[in-house]
Amino acid sequence: MAEEKFEEALEKLEEIVKKMESGDLTLDESLKAFEEGIRLSRLCAQKIDEAERRVEILLKTQEGFDVKPFKEKDESDH
Amino acid sequence: MKEILSVTELTLRIKFLLESSFETFWVEGEISNLRRPGSGHVYFTLKDEKSQVRAVIFRPALKSIRFDLEDGMQVILRARLNVYEPRGEYQVIADAAEPKGLGALQKAFEQLKVRLQEEGLFDPVHKKPIPFLPRKIGVITSPSGAVIRDILTITGRRFPSIDILIAPVRVQGMEASQEIVEAIADMNAHGKADVIILARGGGSLEDLAPFNDERVARAIFNSRVPVVSAVGHEIDFTIADFVADLRAPTPSAAAELVVPIRRELRDSLNDLWRRMDRCCARLLESVREKTVLLGERLRDPRRVIADLRLGLDDCSGRLSTALSAGIAARKTGLQNLRAHIRLLSPAAKIRERFFVLENLHKNVVAAFLRNLEGLKKRLDGDVTVLDSLSPLSVLRRGYSIVKKLPEGVIIKDAASVVPGDDVAVKLSLGGFRAKVVKIEEG
Repeated sequence: MAEEKFEEALEKLEEIVKKMESGDLTLDESLKAFEEGIRLSRLCAQKIDEAERRVEILLKTQEGFDVKPFKEKDESDH
Repeated sequence: MKEILSVTELTLRIKFLLESSFETFWVEGEISNLRRPGSGHVYFTLKDEKSQVRAVIFRPALKSIRFDLEDGMQVILRARLNVYEPRGEYQVIADAAEPKGLGALQKAFEQLKVRLQEEGLFDPVHKKPIPFLPRKIGVITSPSGAVIRDILTITGRRFPSIDILIAPVRVQGMEASQEIVEAIADMNAHGKADVIILARGGGSLEDLAPFNDERVARAIFNSRVPVVSAVGHEIDFTIADFVADLRAPTPSAAAELVVPIRRELRDSLNDLWRRMDRCCARLLESVREKTVLLGERLRDPRRVIADLRLGLDDCSGRLSTALSAGIAARKTGLQNLRAHIRLLSPAAKIRERFFVLENLHKNVVAAFLRNLEGLKKRLDGDVTVLDSLSPLSVLRRGYSIVKKLPEGVIIKDAASVVPGDDVAVKLSLGGFRAKVVKIEEG
């Protein structure tokens, strides 16, 4: 779980782009920033495009916790 | 055969009968005749329209009652029955109380709000930030009904890949509070959800009682996972709202607050991509331009040498021109100075002075000669006078001078000689010697 959070990655990416746009970077720094920017944007894109979600229900058991898929009950149950 | 019971026996039977058939029950009614003797226990009468019953709450139980009991208040009591033998009276002994009815509920709500606020449970410094993009959202609510459906629909629409973990609870009724407290603890213990939505639909103040429960408030406060309260009542706040890290006016709003829109994120990501790309392209273009410019400025050193040579020639030419011009200029200057110094020469002055001197000399000589002439004339006059005074001229007139010899002293008195003295007589022409013969007295 030590991976970067989406928000942090997005913020970093934003910072990098702003820095690049400011034109204050040397060519070397720019290339490094670009590399890092690509990495971050891939990471963000990955998180955005993760697979379909799971909707589960949390159950307490004697050993701890269990989860099972959540199925919505009928309207009549309401 | 009649069975005759003593009062005590009767009372004991009643006591056994009553107390064993009413172990723990809930009873509701209105408080009246409330008394608080020095013992700290609270005595009152619980009544409704038709009946009444004596009630007591002992001091230890009072601690768990989070609102002030007052006459006229509608309450629900958790109680058992007690028969007090010495008086033959029965009463309910309550160990828990909940306010019932709007007035009491409102009062209890205000009391709790003030207390928790003073304790700092609502303080913004305790509010935890809501994650921007949660991986898993914990939802504590009823597993059936519109609330969970709305949350699932909205989260699914905004960001279809965020997991939802539901902790099903009752959101209404006596047991609801406890279930919510446990669900919050479970979510924290399970540790997978990184934000919790605590939700229920709208309802009356009584319906919302669990969300105004102190235990629920404390569970929210103690939750490590940030809690968003979402009780479906736009206007009124519950205690849960105050203590939650974020308050949403409705469950749908909570779903919107917690989940960003995936499309928007993708758009902004794409935007960043494009900007980054543009930056790089621009940077490379500018580097290319710079390289070309630098290449142009880079020159063949032989051309530089030729240029230097030409420059050198040019310089030496200019140098000699400058040199002779300088010399000529200095020559002219020198001539000018010479003419000038000639003008300033003292010779003319000397000549002039010499001339003056000559004049002066002539004047002096003339004056001297004139003086000399004057003096000569005066001398001539004097000589004539002198001449007339000279003994010679006296002699010429016939006088003579007699001098006694050998002394040569001129004799002016006859008494200065005696006869026989030799004398010399001086005449105008010559003289002679003689001897005194006789003295004639004068």
